[in-house]
Amino acid sequence: MSVTAIETETWTRPKQQKNLLVRLFDWKPFLIFICLLPAIGLLMVFLTYPLGLGIWLAFTDTTIGRSGKWIGIENFEWLMEDPIFWSAVFYSVFYTAVATVLKFGLGLWLALLLNNHLPWKSMLRAIILLPWIVPTVLSAIAFWFIYDPQFSIISYMLVEVLGWRETNINFLGEAWPARWSLIAANVWRGIPFVAISLLAGLQTISPSLYEAALLDGASPWQRFRFITFPMLLPILAIVMTFSIIFTFTDFQLVYAITRGGPVNATQIMATLAFQKGIPGGQLGEGAAIAVSMIPFLVFATLFSYFALARRKWQQGEAND
Amino acid sequence: MTELTRRAALGLGGSAIALSALKGGDAWAQAARPIQTVAATMPNLPIESGATLRLIRPTRFVEPDEVIFRENIAKFTQATGVQVRADFVGWEDIRSQTAVTANTGAGPDMVIGWGDDPHVYADKVVELSDIAEYLGTKYGGWMFLADKFGKRARTNNWIGIPMGGSTGPIVYRISAVREAGFTEIPQDHAGFLRLMQALKRINKPGGFALGNAVGDGNGTANWLTWSHGAYMVDEDGKVAINSRETIASLNYLKELYPTFVDGTLSWLDPSNNRAYASQQTWLTPNGVSMYFALKNDPATRAIAEDTDHAPLPRGVATGTPQSATILNAMVFKHTRFPNAAKRLIAYMMEGEQYDRWLTGCLGYWSHPLRAYSNSAVWESDPKLAVYRNGMDHPFWSGYKGPITQASGTVASEYIMIQMYASVASGQATPEAAAREAERRIRRYYR
Repeated sequence: MSVTAIETETWTRPKQQKNLLVRLFDWKPFLIFICLLPAIGLLMVFLTYPLGLGIWLAFTDTTIGRSGKWIGIENFEWLMEDPIFWSAVFYSVFYTAVATVLKFGLGLWLALLLNNHLPWKSMLRAIILLPWIVPTVLSAIAFWFIYDPQFSIISYMLVEVLGWRETNINFLGEAWPARWSLIAANVWRGIPFVAISLLAGLQTISPSLYEAALLDGASPWQRFRFITFPMLLPILAIVMTFSIIFTFTDFQLVYAITRGGPVNATQIMATLAFQKGIPGGQLGEGAAIAVSMIPFLVFATLFSYFALARRKWQQGEAND
Repeated sequence: MTELTRRAALGLGGSAIALSALKGGDAWAQAARPIQTVAATMPNLPIESGATLRLIRPTRFVEPDEVIFRENIAKFTQATGVQVRADFVGWEDIRSQTAVTANTGAGPDMVIGWGDDPHVYADKVVELSDIAEYLGTKYGGWMFLADKFGKRARTNNWIGIPMGGSTGPIVYRISAVREAGFTEIPQDHAGFLRLMQALKRINKPGGFALGNAVGDGNGTANWLTWSHGAYMVDEDGKVAINSRETIASLNYLKELYPTFVDGTLSWLDPSNNRAYASQQTWLTPNGVSMYFALKNDPATRAIAEDTDHAPLPRGVATGTPQSATILNAMVFKHTRFPNAAKRLIAYMMEGEQYDRWLTGCLGYWSHPLRAYSNSAVWESDPKLAVYRNGMDHPFWSGYKGPITQASGTVASEYIMIQMYASVASGQATPEAAAREAERRIRRYYR
């Protein structure tokens, strides 16, 4: 019996008492937490905290130089009754909508042209990017000169060279001319981004699809309508989301060219928020305007994703 | 003359500036007109051992402003051994930097900021009555705006030392005004309107900024308001803009606006300078910097020679209806070296240093102490005479109210300018514009 007794004492791996730290690090949930920590920390410090602070400020009467008290939605109540705020909301939406449509129309056109075989193709593409590469403030100042009531090159051409007009054009002195002038500047700046992004999309479309269509006798319009456009939709959705966000939150162009004038006609929400918050010192009110931009941006993002990105794989399902 | 060559070597510009330096700087160097002083005892302010100072001030518009300012600081360091670091900050940024300094109790020991800053941070700045009284006694007293912006409201306690003020009187072309049939700028509303109409007829129009321009736009609005006897808030800070006088001023602008050069509704701060320099407008309010620039550029020297300055039309006001952009020096309580800071301010305001600075800048910052009215700079060019009393105008931003942050907010929100611009552009009736301005101003004076 002693034998069996010995057999039962077969060798087993000595149970090492792992120390607490090692066990902790072997525990998967903890490891995941630790690895995520740096990223979460960065996001908290540079995204969540400023955003949270901005939202909190919107409910206080903080000014530069005085920490504020909680005043609930008083700032928003004031904004609801403020015609300048509503005019800024109107122009922000109008500016974004018109500029985005124009940028996409012209950008898509430009992308289609650039997708052809042209001499000096890469050179051309590089040149097209120029308006987007130039720092915004510099191009804004250039446009400010183009629209100057006294020194506008456009007025000069029309009055002095061509003799079509008697007086200079008052680009920025009246509400609607000023609004359209800013949209033109924004479109000029935004086209390259759209064109180059869509060009990248165009180049992923397999030529065999076009060959097949040609064999079926499809017209150029049909080829665009049934091949190019559907294949481009996913990238269109992404580019449009970015473009809407950039345009809606545009600040530099408007601020450098008109400061929101004449009489607040070109004030957009970003410039109004800055004007109230920083030079005006009313941090609470400025934050309230900035916070009011969030619903618009969320809506624009959701619209782009759900209206344009209807392919199933984009929404996390398998393709048909 | 060594003075002159050194400046030329500093690249201060062409012969014109050398000329002005000769007229101003040289006259100063020879001490032809010593500044009259009355005996006064400098308060006993022993400099703390190991003191160093850091200050910020707004960036320069005319080059000597920085060059001579730095030289004076270097002299102070030589005399006292206190190291001073001076940083020049953009005009639009210095206000927020001052706010951060005040709120965090860190950063520069002293700020040479804008007029109302020490009033906004009155509890956080060191009282400066001792040096203010010393300087006032020695240099013939403080001018009106210096007194107004230096002392805490309704007290005799000085919380800031105004170092200078920049004003924007009318700058005009002598030949154009003469051609229009006038020998000088009329001081009454009707006469001024006739002058502007005549200038428009001969196609040499004037122009006042009506765009969102913090400096020039508010200058236009203040002139229109005050010259009609209107005011934004009363002595207690109660909003009083929606008045018969304001409506009268809005109606006056309705008649005046058609005489302006095109595009004034979109004019920002630099616009009128450009329009004047390129002979698109022949009369506009501005600081002395424009004359300074025109005079220094050989290409525009002829325009400078044909240029003169005049006070803004007074209308029914008792004094010239304009204020000044004031440089106000303040020392924060968080400094470890308040005596050194006070000594520095006093040193910069003393005749030896101050008169050189004033003269070198061609009077860009009008002086706050009466004795400097005798400075050679004001004789060096008769066209500068109108800037001599820049700090003595009986009006201030936010007139007649106390000096608070609210007046600064109203100015940077362009509320007064937009009241006038909306009437000029025909978007609003005078009554509606005044009501809207009242609504917006009330928000900040509550």
